[in-house]
Amino acid sequence: MPVRKVATLLGVVLFGSFGDVALASGMKSMPAVDVHHLGALLVALTHPWVILGILLLLGFFSTYLSALSFADLTYVLPATSVGYVIMALLGRFFLHEDVSVFRWFGVALITVGVGFVAGGPALTVHHHQEPQRTEPELVGSSRS
Amino acid sequence: MKSLYTWTAIFAVVAFSTAGDVLISNAMKRVGDVGPLFKNHGLARLLKSIAGNARLWLGIACMAGSFFSLLLALSWADVSLVGPASASLTFLSNAFFAKLFLHERVDRRRWIAALLVASGVALVAI
Repeated sequence: MPVRKVATLLGVVLFGSFGDVALASGMKSMPAVDVHHLGALLVALTHPWVILGILLLLGFFSTYLSALSFADLTYVLPATSVGYVIMALLGRFFLHEDVSVFRWFGVALITVGVGFVAGGPALTVHHHQEPQRTEPELVGSSRS
Repeated sequence: MKSLYTWTAIFAVVAFSTAGDVLISNAMKRVGDVGPLFKNHGLARLLKSIAGNARLWLGIACMAGSFFSLLLALSWADVSLVGPASASLTFLSNAFFAKLFLHERVDRRRWIAALLVASGVALVAI
């Protein structure tokens, strides 16, 4: 797989993991939000960690769209689930959370699963279509 | 009765999330590999091409539906049930519907990967 595509998948993992951790860090440093006062969530949007988290999750969505443009959904989802492993590690060493034996076992299962899918082809090639188009399906065409 | 509400909401999370992923994946396959498109046509036309795809917006709407269903499920049950159940079931339903609607080749390797990751996510999220 070309370096650009590996970097895109890595981007999905890193933007997603660090985005979630930044959001969690920001929300944990604020008072708990009462379900009857959801307006307090708007205040959270001014917190630097929450803003950073939102920006990182925008990066996640961009790289996720990019990954789905060249690889199957059933490849992208397991391959990028290594983000759960990173989140467990960040939770343990950055947020100082307790990570149980069950979680570490889950991390091991995910790692093996990622290894399984990463060894196979990234894209299903249908016989009636080109494997990957290089010309765009631009706006205004009949397909959308 | 509360258990029925909870599992209905979890089912809604899985259904909306799967529909969103399948629609977004289909939309991006129609757009094509964004790398060469960016190189040949520039960022503005690439973004116009992506934003002009109705399936992408429908997929994003489904993702929003999934998020609100998740909030609903969390109002009826603990995150320790809702999180692992919805995340792991979504992995499996994505594999099934990607094969059905996107005609992806979900071979034994991908099914094993989906099962391992779904089990792992369930354990991590507990």
